[in-house]
Amino acid sequence: MPMTMTEKILAQHASRTDVSPGDLIGVKVDLAMANDITAPLAIAVFNEIGKQPVFDPNRIALIPDHFVPNKDIESAAQAKLMREFANHHQIHHYYEVGQSGIEHVLLPEKGLVIPGDLVIGADSHTCTYGALGAFSTGVGSTDLGVILATGKTWLKVPPTIKIEYEGSLLPWVRGKDLILYTLGTLGVDGANYCALEFSGSVIKELPMAQRFTMTNMAIEAGAKNGIIEPDEVTLAFVAERSHRTPLVCTSDPGADYEKVIKIVVDTIEPQIALPHSPANVRPLSKVPHISLDQVFIGSCTNGYLEDLREAATILKGRKVAKGIRLIVIPGSQLIYSEAIEQGIIKTLIDAGAVIGPPCCGPCLGGHLGILAEGERALSTSNRNFVGRMGHPKSEVYLASPAIASASAVAGYIAGPGEL
Amino acid sequence: MRLQGKAWKFGDNVNTDLIIPARYLNSSDKDELARHCFADVRPGFVEMISPGDIIVAGNNFGSGSSREHAPLAIKGAGISVLVAQSFARIFYRNAFNIGLPIMESKEAAQSIDEGSLVSVDLATGEIVNMNTGQQFFAKPVPRFMREIVDAGGLVEYVRKKGLTGLGAS
Repeated sequence: MPMTMTEKILAQHASRTDVSPGDLIGVKVDLAMANDITAPLAIAVFNEIGKQPVFDPNRIALIPDHFVPNKDIESAAQAKLMREFANHHQIHHYYEVGQSGIEHVLLPEKGLVIPGDLVIGADSHTCTYGALGAFSTGVGSTDLGVILATGKTWLKVPPTIKIEYEGSLLPWVRGKDLILYTLGTLGVDGANYCALEFSGSVIKELPMAQRFTMTNMAIEAGAKNGIIEPDEVTLAFVAERSHRTPLVCTSDPGADYEKVIKIVVDTIEPQIALPHSPANVRPLSKVPHISLDQVFIGSCTNGYLEDLREAATILKGRKVAKGIRLIVIPGSQLIYSEAIEQGIIKTLIDAGAVIGPPCCGPCLGGHLGILAEGERALSTSNRNFVGRMGHPKSEVYLASPAIASASAVAGYIAGPGEL
Repeated sequence: MRLQGKAWKFGDNVNTDLIIPARYLNSSDKDELARHCFADVRPGFVEMISPGDIIVAGNNFGSGSSREHAPLAIKGAGISVLVAQSFARIFYRNAFNIGLPIMESKEAAQSIDEGSLVSVDLATGEIVNMNTGQQFFAKPVPRFMREIVDAGGLVEYVRKKGLTGLGAS
């Protein structure tokens, strides 16, 4: 039976020859992940089940990234609880502040996810790893707690929506613009319960960082997972980081898709998601000069070295506009270090940016850049819901690092061509 | 089991940031989370409602973040059951896993007004608007998920089936 790549990975982990959309299957999990916010609840569930050991201390990643370095006493207690659990169970992939970063940037960087893996994380943006040709999805803490004990979970096999991107990209159009455009087409529930398969010649030309940006935001259309067929770009990325042998799954010709959407990219401009939905998207030329108070470059969507380099290219020799706070947060300690070595951080600081420690930062309104009432921010992150980054009467606009950098210089939402 | 309570009406795409803003996620305690339930859209929600009240919402309820704190906050606030036109995927799982009853019914979600007295039968999926007498039936829950509910949540299910018993086939 012809299958999509998502179906193949699921069948393989359910020890079945084939699966179809709608099947409820039990699967073994290659890697389970939680962070400082979701782990405490998952650990409580794990302890409620009994005094069993974890299913495999080498297949669990516990990443402090949301409210660290600890923002208050309560957050410190949560981070401590996770740290003590990691020590007690000798969790191999626990990364302390100083070696850590944002979970979804860090796991691929450490080579913990390779093509064909099945990864479950207690964080909705776990779908990011699909860029490596893995099946990965987010769950809540109870599901994750049970996985910590059993190494297994149940899944409903999702139907797949395939999106094919063809044509040539306009200047400054990146993976972020493609996914925002796609969200504008699908809507926030347009892929609810589905797998989103990104394909086409345009995707093959994208570097890994931009592919991660796209699969990262699959959840913003309600998708269970985002996925991209592994190619030489994927395999080169993985070979540098892991000794395991990838299981390259590709979709069969004749595989059954819920829907196939063809997107010709030739006329797609840089995209802006207006408040208060990632699907409320407009092309840059249709967005008036909206004045800003803060610009944030970072997050699991756009905190990669390539993103910081793009920002530095635009900010070199320029200054952040008066009245604008530009916050840049590298996605991991390694990215931070490489950005220093390459002179990127110096360029950003000279332009007037403040650099934060690798973590989620203001993306979810946790800390390091909360908005006051009436303030407006442009962010490279993934959500602009009401109150997402602070006061319920603040506003968040989403865009790529290129638009964010140009806007920081202009003081209002603008593209690099307008500087 | 039959539940009865007053309806609190919400629209489409109620995301988990609206249910419990991230600034309150430095706690996992359901009573503490309940105090901040719908803090930005309906401040003081927990004081407004009576235990056993029912939420009736539109499409894609619980979208966004995977935070289980969202169904916990709703449960902690005293809501007995959630009726919506549809649910986002992760929220749907989480609600079952923590034992917050949820039901999908487009007709009920569209017809029931705020403040209506609503009666819900979890076993049969029957939803009745006591003010108008209108009767609706929720979409049936898959058998496997019903077993989780019957066991009293995922933890109890795993305890009963054993650590090796997890599997849906």
